[in-house]
Amino acid sequence: MSSLGELRSIALNARRGRNGPKEKKPDTLAAYLFLLPWLIGLVVFTVGPMLASLYLSFTDYNLLQSPLLKPPAFTGLDNYVDMIGDAAFWNAFRVTVTYVVISVPIQLAVALGLALLLDRGMRGLPIYRSIFYLPSLLGGSVAIAILWRQVFGKDGLVNGFLAIFGVDGPGWIGHPDFALGTIIVLHIWTFGSPMVIFLAGLRQIPEMYYEAASVDGAGKIRRFFTITLPLLTPIIFFNLVLQIIFAFQTFTQAYVVSGGTGGPADSTMFYTLFLYRIGFLEYDMGYASAMAWFLLIVIAVFTAVNFWLSKFWVFYDD
Amino acid sequence: MTTENLLAKPAAEAASAPGTEGDSPQKPARSTRSSASYRARSRVFSTLKHIGLIAASLVMIYPLLWLVVSSFKPNDEIFRDLTLFTTNFTVENYVNGWNDLQVPFGVSLLNSTIIAAGAIIGNLVSCSLAAYAFGRLNFRGRTLLFALMLATIMLPFQVVLIPQFTIFKELGWLNTFLPLIVPKFLATDAFFVFLMVQFIRALPKEIFEAARIDGAGHLRTFVQVTLPLMVPALATTAIFTFIWTWGDFFGPLIYLRLPELFPSSVALKGFIDAQSSSDFGSMFAMSVLSLIPLFLAFLIGQRFLIKGFATTGIK
Repeated sequence: MSSLGELRSIALNARRGRNGPKEKKPDTLAAYLFLLPWLIGLVVFTVGPMLASLYLSFTDYNLLQSPLLKPPAFTGLDNYVDMIGDAAFWNAFRVTVTYVVISVPIQLAVALGLALLLDRGMRGLPIYRSIFYLPSLLGGSVAIAILWRQVFGKDGLVNGFLAIFGVDGPGWIGHPDFALGTIIVLHIWTFGSPMVIFLAGLRQIPEMYYEAASVDGAGKIRRFFTITLPLLTPIIFFNLVLQIIFAFQTFTQAYVVSGGTGGPADSTMFYTLFLYRIGFLEYDMGYASAMAWFLLIVIAVFTAVNFWLSKFWVFYDD
Repeated sequence: MTTENLLAKPAAEAASAPGTEGDSPQKPARSTRSSASYRARSRVFSTLKHIGLIAASLVMIYPLLWLVVSSFKPNDEIFRDLTLFTTNFTVENYVNGWNDLQVPFGVSLLNSTIIAAGAIIGNLVSCSLAAYAFGRLNFRGRTLLFALMLATIMLPFQVVLIPQFTIFKELGWLNTFLPLIVPKFLATDAFFVFLMVQFIRALPKEIFEAARIDGAGHLRTFVQVTLPLMVPALATTAIFTFIWTWGDFFGPLIYLRLPELFPSSVALKGFIDAQSSSDFGSMFAMSVLSLIPLFLAFLIGQRFLIKGFATTGIK
């Protein structure tokens, strides 16, 4: 993405050098002055804390102790060893991976399907787009998670609809087999954000490709599989990578839907919720730091595998 | 700075962010066939499509409408009736909900407003400064720093969470709004830097060259030339920052422990904790109140949101 802009500015500079005014000196001093707030933020709130949390993950660090007065005790790999033997940790990991692996592909499929239905120039397009987009803006808020608790409750909306067909639904939120499913449905409901990206991607496909294909006698389905889908694969890939990274960090929905407990029977004990409980309720910051680094590695692995797999299915036009 | 500028349709609108397009109905016919049967068939298809889309829209917004209508129903009717109608319209839930919690809900809404305003100002100032450097200036280390900036967008926040918490605790900033506002003044929301860089790079170079020929320094070029041109990007940033800060739950949850400091997101949680009372009406009413500002931001900034979003893929 940036490389395109980079390329353009290189080209522009070259042209300017030839026949424009003389190439000016680099603005290094001015640039760093403009960058100063960001640089401070980078060091103080990102790079520094990253290194610190890596170190803390090898220590026994209690939240209540001040690291300045009494440095945390170095304990080597203890936290990581504990983690491997901790069934609750693996449960949280399993819950989160299940959530990511099920909800992200379904959400993207729904988003793509609806983006394809929303042709450009279609009547009512802005209204449809707004309605589909709205839930993804509100979806992260506590109010919506609270709404979800009621929608999937024993006497909630969903069971009300099922009752019309004579089905007596369970209390979804309170049932260990279904509680995670309700949070997955909530995630799918917020498909509007990837849908908008898909819509923008569809606009990028040159109309002349379709015209050429029509002239060659390709039907709608044929055109979809030979033009639309291949040219859209970079966007699908982009959405996939981003949504996986975001989904791994789901917290609010898990917290609110389960009332902060991760229940029933730990079925909605998401990784981030477990990390919060370990760090901020049990004060075991060393263990929580180790968990944070494990999460970083898992996300990095998922992303790397994604990039590797993309060689086989993502098609770049240029 | 947002509302008037949003409504005023600045001239720089024309130089919109790259990779976006309006919805102008400039659709050339995809097919050269024009027989009557083909047109009839496509009309049937289009009608079916609209019916499907309307059905999908209803499913999407039904829970939201139900929430709003339920907030005006008496408690015993909410779960007996799944329709969007009521004959016993009441505002009692709003009166009760406002005073149900330890602290009046109005205080929580005010807290949310203060935190959001601080975050918006912080992001606008710090991100635009950094974006000007990345987007317009040549300097040693630019490629490396730019890559670093992009990498921080992807970084899961849990990795920096605990040391950040320790820093704020040692500074004595727990139970203040500072941990939620100060980082925004240091451009920690890097996606906005990225969004603005994309925007600045799409602006015509000639404008900046003209400013230079006129003898403007970087500060003047930034304040008097760049900022006015990038109002759409600033508006997108302001609206997104507002929506995210308003909805943020985790930050306030760990930094604020005093109920009188809670923003609306954390205050709403109080209704779940005290659910034995099963006063769903109040809970729904206050949920609606906390969603109204988000909905308004969505209405005002829809065009910017969708453009900014589609350009960078941020949520």
